[in-house]
Amino acid sequence: MNDVLDVLLRLVAVLVAFLVLPLLVGQTEHKVMAHMQGRLGPMYAGGFHGWAQLVADGVKFAQKEDVVPTGADRRIFQLAPAIALLPYLVVLIVIPVGPNGFVGQIVDAGLFFVLAVMGVGVLGALMAGWASANKFSLLGGLRTAAQLMAYELPMLLAAASVAMAAGTLSLPGIVHAFHWWWVPWQIIGALVFFTAGLAELQRPPFDMPVADSEIIFGAYTEYTGLRFALFLLAEYAGIVVLCVLTTVLFLGGWHGPWSDSLGWVWTLLKSALLAFVVIWLRVSYPRLREDQLQKLAWTALIPLALVQIALTGVVKVVIQ
Amino acid sequence: MSLAAAASQGFLSPSGVEIAFVLVGIATLGAAVVSVTTKQLVHAALWLVVALGGLAVEYLLLTAEFIAWVQVLIYVGSVVVLLLFGLMLTKAPIGRSPDADSGNRWAALAVAVAAAATLVTVVIDAFRSTWLDLDGAVQGSAEVTGISLFRHWVLPFEALSVLLLAALVGAIVLSRINRGRER
Repeated sequence: MNDVLDVLLRLVAVLVAFLVLPLLVGQTEHKVMAHMQGRLGPMYAGGFHGWAQLVADGVKFAQKEDVVPTGADRRIFQLAPAIALLPYLVVLIVIPVGPNGFVGQIVDAGLFFVLAVMGVGVLGALMAGWASANKFSLLGGLRTAAQLMAYELPMLLAAASVAMAAGTLSLPGIVHAFHWWWVPWQIIGALVFFTAGLAELQRPPFDMPVADSEIIFGAYTEYTGLRFALFLLAEYAGIVVLCVLTTVLFLGGWHGPWSDSLGWVWTLLKSALLAFVVIWLRVSYPRLREDQLQKLAWTALIPLALVQIALTGVVKVVIQ
Repeated sequence: MSLAAAASQGFLSPSGVEIAFVLVGIATLGAAVVSVTTKQLVHAALWLVVALGGLAVEYLLLTAEFIAWVQVLIYVGSVVVLLLFGLMLTKAPIGRSPDADSGNRWAALAVAVAAAATLVTVVIDAFRSTWLDLDGAVQGSAEVTGISLFRHWVLPFEALSVLLLAALVGAIVLSRINRGRER
């Protein structure tokens, strides 16, 4: 009975994190973008610093009518937001936050699990793009698929480099094996992983699939109300997962002063810093063109990831 | 696989795991049948996702954790995405495709049944009395799989990688030839 209670408590904790953290990132994005771009809009609602803007957005989405186009494939159209969102919830279960079992569930091949399940989320965007019966949606879906196929490989290679360095696929195991000099050693892999992750989430400057000035909103063009909000939530959940994962793999997760008691704070701090970088990149960089996107993946990121793997192998053999 | 498990309940004790195995197997089989019989092309690809995911769950139930995640990563995450990408480039309509039926369906059915019968017979014959030892080291963990792959099966593994490289080079050469003709 105690085991069941333990598992239940862990799952509830993961669910709470899943419901809170993406909204936190969303709120931060509002504020950071408002400051960086001198936007006044998000600073009004609620009085102090526009704290109620996110609540207002939520209310707005909930009020809107849920429209399904006549020509659309109804069931797939309605299912797509769930497929896009749920994988990120599942991924959060295996991510270690602190030492001594501060994790939803330890999975032996956790790294593989995370990458595999994250790949499933893209199916949601593809289903949405196809089922909407809209040419802009279809274009968005095509771009999503092309982008995923280009950036999945460098991401996997960069992750493989860390697994080689640690000698394990388990995420807590990887953090356990971490030393400070891993940061310079794995820095190329870290940059490749983070960039490829951004591209998989379709965040600017890699937001070609949803480029609003060209194809309206890509695969999500026909969505309204709560279903549209779910897609946005999936994007923010994706940011959370990417930042925590980069922290765990490349920045040493819970390592830091007093990591025995304050380990989880370090993980969250490092992730929050990365999330800030994600938002910062959105405000600073123009969107890449489709061919530039593909070229970056195939001619820059993949060779860099391979160099990192070679470097990891050489250093690993030398220090043994 | 589901048939094998269902037929062998006589000498296997029907524990919870085995019942789950059979149920998931039936669901997988159903999804696979729907994916080849449906007239809607994209639905076929999505049912394939269900079938491949079901297969991953079966691997998990057989304690082959590593293979299960690889199955999800490669098949659900990449192969199906590639399939959908291909479908989006065609004129696959929403709703029924008029030409989704093949004249070869009886031949295909015969081949499928023959292949399934052979595989089921061979697998049952090979593993009839083999039991997984759940108390020892996990048989399908990444470590065990890696050790057996790179110690005992390293030659076939390398041969396969050469085969894949040849396929890759071949694909590039083929696409280059076509482009040359267009000009």
